[in-house]
Amino acid sequence: MIPAQFDYVAPGTVADAVAALIDGGEDAKVLAGGQSLIPVLRLRLSYPSLLVDLRKIDELRGVREDGAELVIGAMTRHADVISDPLVRQHAALLAEAAATVADPAVRHRGTFGGSLAHADPAGDLPAVAVALGAQLVAEGPGGRRSIAAADFFQDYLQTALAPDEVLVEVRLPKLQGRWGVAYEKFSRTAQAWAIVGVAAAVRRDNGAIAEARIGLTNMGSTPVRAGAVEAALAGASAEAGTIAEAAAHAADGTHAPSDLSGGSDYREHLARVLTRRAVTTAAGL
Amino acid sequence: MTRVSMNVDGVVYEDEVESRTLLIHHLRERLGRVGTPIGCDTSNCGACTVLISGESVKSCSVFAVQADGEQITTIQGLADGQGVNGEAVGQWHPVQRAFQQHHGLQCGYCTPGMVLAAVDLLARNASPTEDEVRHGLEGNLCRCTGYQNIVKAVLSAASELRGEGPLPGSFQDSADLTGVGA
Repeated sequence: MIPAQFDYVAPGTVADAVAALIDGGEDAKVLAGGQSLIPVLRLRLSYPSLLVDLRKIDELRGVREDGAELVIGAMTRHADVISDPLVRQHAALLAEAAATVADPAVRHRGTFGGSLAHADPAGDLPAVAVALGAQLVAEGPGGRRSIAAADFFQDYLQTALAPDEVLVEVRLPKLQGRWGVAYEKFSRTAQAWAIVGVAAAVRRDNGAIAEARIGLTNMGSTPVRAGAVEAALAGASAEAGTIAEAAAHAADGTHAPSDLSGGSDYREHLARVLTRRAVTTAAGL
Repeated sequence: MTRVSMNVDGVVYEDEVESRTLLIHHLRERLGRVGTPIGCDTSNCGACTVLISGESVKSCSVFAVQADGEQITTIQGLADGQGVNGEAVGQWHPVQRAFQQHHGLQCGYCTPGMVLAAVDLLARNASPTEDEVRHGLEGNLCRCTGYQNIVKAVLSAASELRGEGPLPGSFQDSADLTGVGA
């Protein structure tokens, strides 16, 4: 299908993009890599009057270090995130999860910031951002502000971004110490959305699990931390039995959806199984 | 309307396009490059895959305005059109040849996208395992072959591109199994 008509601008700076969004009003929409938005437009599920394409804003691309943080430009493509040596070193969980997003052609266009701003609960990267305690930096008419990932995702496809704000970068605290990571994703076919996904980062210390961070994909209208599992693992011995006991709490407090891919009880089961697998792998067992 | 300029298969085209025009529609309807088919129209199947600066993309999920200034390769630009003496010979790309030799297609609808996705894959990984080929092509659906001969063709093309010659067991090799040649 052919999308409804819209006006198109491709500004060269973030300030110009913000100005364009203000001019465009509530029906203006930001275009990043377009791998979620263009299919939505093609199906005419959305009819923006104006698309503000960020592709000419070079400062939104790339990965850099800033002290204890890794800073990833919002327009950095999945393919570039996956192969970036700094990401591999300091945020390997993100590289693991990004490598499972859709397929190679989509990863050549789709961006890290775009997938966060789209806020699809079945998307893989929001759970990683929540698990790693990312700060999302947005620029609007009043300047820049930082939003914690836990506050950024508000509901199904809804974020804390105002209509005149652009997501500019994502700041991830570097994982310090001996961390292992794993992203477990269950889907019906290759390249499909996750029915459930589990992002796990585990820090080992003297045979014990010192700390675990676990984010759940598609276990609610927003990505969530598996807090009960994290609490059960903190200071626990790194053994199969301990991990299995902790993982049994993976669905605690979640509100998993029911849809064509599975009922909420099925998703709760998947969350427990995938959490056990992800933590086991991340703990190096 | 927005003015765009793009290099498609070695020819620079300048056009005025509507902002909502998808790259696939621009290629087919304005530029007449109909070698790239439209498959699912939901960005799942990969039939419309083309290369932008050598990287595979689904041309149903890119607006023509986003391809302004880009270098695009479609299936029609993949064959080497010039022989050693400059004559037009239309030498197939090794991946195209391997698909023919190993019968990596039946109806052929997915083939342009499959071939370009394979070209991209082999540019990044000259010696892929069978598993890496299957994962590398996960964005391209084939409803005829069961993928077996597609994977074989890509592995054969990889071998040929490395200078080690195509893999045995090609379609032609086994032609006499019909009994005609016996």
